[in-house]
Amino acid sequence: MIAVDQVTKTYGTFTAVDDVTFTAHPGRVTGFLGPNGAGKSTTLRALVGLTPPDRGTAHVLGRKFRDLPNPGIEVGVLLDASAQHAGRTGREVLTIAQRTMGLPRARVEEVLELVGLSADEAGRRLRDYSLGMRQRLGLAHALLGDPEVLILDEPANGLDPAGIRWMRDLLRGYADRGATVLLSSHLLHEIEVVADDLVVIGQGRVVAGGAKTDLLAGAGTHVATRHHTELRQALTTAGLSHHPVGDESGTSNGGPTVFRVDADAEAVGQVAWSAGVALSELRPADGAGLEEMFLTLTAETQRDPRPAAHTTSPQGAAA
Amino acid sequence: MTTQTATAAAAATSPHVAAHASARASRRAPAPVPLVRLVSVELRKSFDTRSGRWLLASLGLAAVLTTGAIIAWAPADQLTYSEFTLAIGVPMTIILPIIAALSVTSEWTQRSGLATFTLVPHRGRVLLAKAIAAVLVTVPATGAAFGVGALGNVSGAALADVPVRWDQSAVDVAYFALGQTLLLLVGFVLGALIRNSSGAIVAYMLYGFVAPGLLAFLAFNQDWFADARPWIDAKYNQDALLRGDLTGDGWSHLAVTSVVWLLLPLVVAVVNVLRSEVK
Repeated sequence: MIAVDQVTKTYGTFTAVDDVTFTAHPGRVTGFLGPNGAGKSTTLRALVGLTPPDRGTAHVLGRKFRDLPNPGIEVGVLLDASAQHAGRTGREVLTIAQRTMGLPRARVEEVLELVGLSADEAGRRLRDYSLGMRQRLGLAHALLGDPEVLILDEPANGLDPAGIRWMRDLLRGYADRGATVLLSSHLLHEIEVVADDLVVIGQGRVVAGGAKTDLLAGAGTHVATRHHTELRQALTTAGLSHHPVGDESGTSNGGPTVFRVDADAEAVGQVAWSAGVALSELRPADGAGLEEMFLTLTAETQRDPRPAAHTTSPQGAAA
Repeated sequence: MTTQTATAAAAATSPHVAAHASARASRRAPAPVPLVRLVSVELRKSFDTRSGRWLLASLGLAAVLTTGAIIAWAPADQLTYSEFTLAIGVPMTIILPIIAALSVTSEWTQRSGLATFTLVPHRGRVLLAKAIAAVLVTVPATGAAFGVGALGNVSGAALADVPVRWDQSAVDVAYFALGQTLLLLVGFVLGALIRNSSGAIVAYMLYGFVAPGLLAFLAFNQDWFADARPWIDAKYNQDALLRGDLTGDGWSHLAVTSVVWLLLPLVVAVVNVLRSEVK
């Protein structure tokens, strides 16, 4: 259980984290999502006591992090896989943590095996590690104490596709055994696949939070047609709110226009059928729903303008 | 646009979650991390890298090289036990403070502090463990200085065909160890104050080798400073302690300069470390 309550952190006039409140529950994977510089890492650092917040409190397992008697046993933390002494071997990094926590020696080999680092790799110095190997070592470090809370900042960073899949299964397994898993990422797909709950942050503020299913249910339905005027009229008549997705280039070049409708697919299909409009696509918006939501929610806080060619192109969606 | 469904939605799932949570909660109650364990971990961290092992090895290496140099070049009538131990002590006044400084600065320069301070969120305890670990290193260092010094003294006298002269007592060993400890703590404080490896080493070199020369020059030319120097110059008193030359007022001088140049900076450094952000 992780409870972050009204945490605020400013640097001079810049507010990195602004009144952030959220809860991560046991047995669930909570995805902490936001664009670069949104305040994810600062929030996580405040959570584990590395950054003193200006206001607000953070509790892990009902206590402040610094009040945990032996934090490594209860909370596994991975904030930056590269933040280790470059001259130590992977095994030595784990041995230091194992000794600090007072764990049996064999635990080091166990976690090395768990994260798939070979004995040879474990004997290399960190400066010779690839990013993916560092990430695996960082996970091993976090898992060493078999903690009931995991706090991971961008854990998928640098992992190959098989590694990402493996990590996803691992986190799922941890949560299913009753652990609280909080992971931050800007990789939308990663979060969407593994998370049960979401907290979306932009410019230091929480812009959305809740169960993933609830958040994505609000994403509505994507419908594409070449008869956009008729469909638009029919939707308006039926009282279904809708708006075109992306630009309306489809209109000018004769391709289909995509709308997002705040209703389920069945209702939209019914309306189209009644109006005699042929559809080229009809599907719930959740496939790319999170990305859609993410971009919408953080639109004012994005550093890059939204690209004109939208990711939910009809071709992509049909595939 | 803020969707405040987080708590409500998650709360709805809590019955099934609560069963899991209680199952895990009952598994153990962790004991606090004892200080002795932290000290042993910090000792290990000082010497588990190649550079750390070289620093440790260089303590012995410098002792042997210094001894060789004295035997080769010192005039036979100057061959005494103190000649050896004090000369061996000089490179140690560089290496020991560097070991102490690096034990603190590497947490920032190498960024391992992220892991260290999340495993032990009480930074004061970590600093204390580091200080104890660093001071413990003076024990083998003093042993090496007097051990290698004794061997040098015996073989030097034999080679020069003069009688062996033992002019060091147990008290001198204690003075030597205390002097090394104070200098090592200066390195430690500079490390905690600057929290950057190269910065701390440069600062210690200024303290240990540049400033004393300048202050000696000032004392040579200004009578008022020559009188005031023992009350101001910490290194002057620490060197006197190392040589076992500290008597009477000297101890007051040492106490005063240690409070000003060691204790006050230490307080500032600890407060900064406790308050700072670890990135």
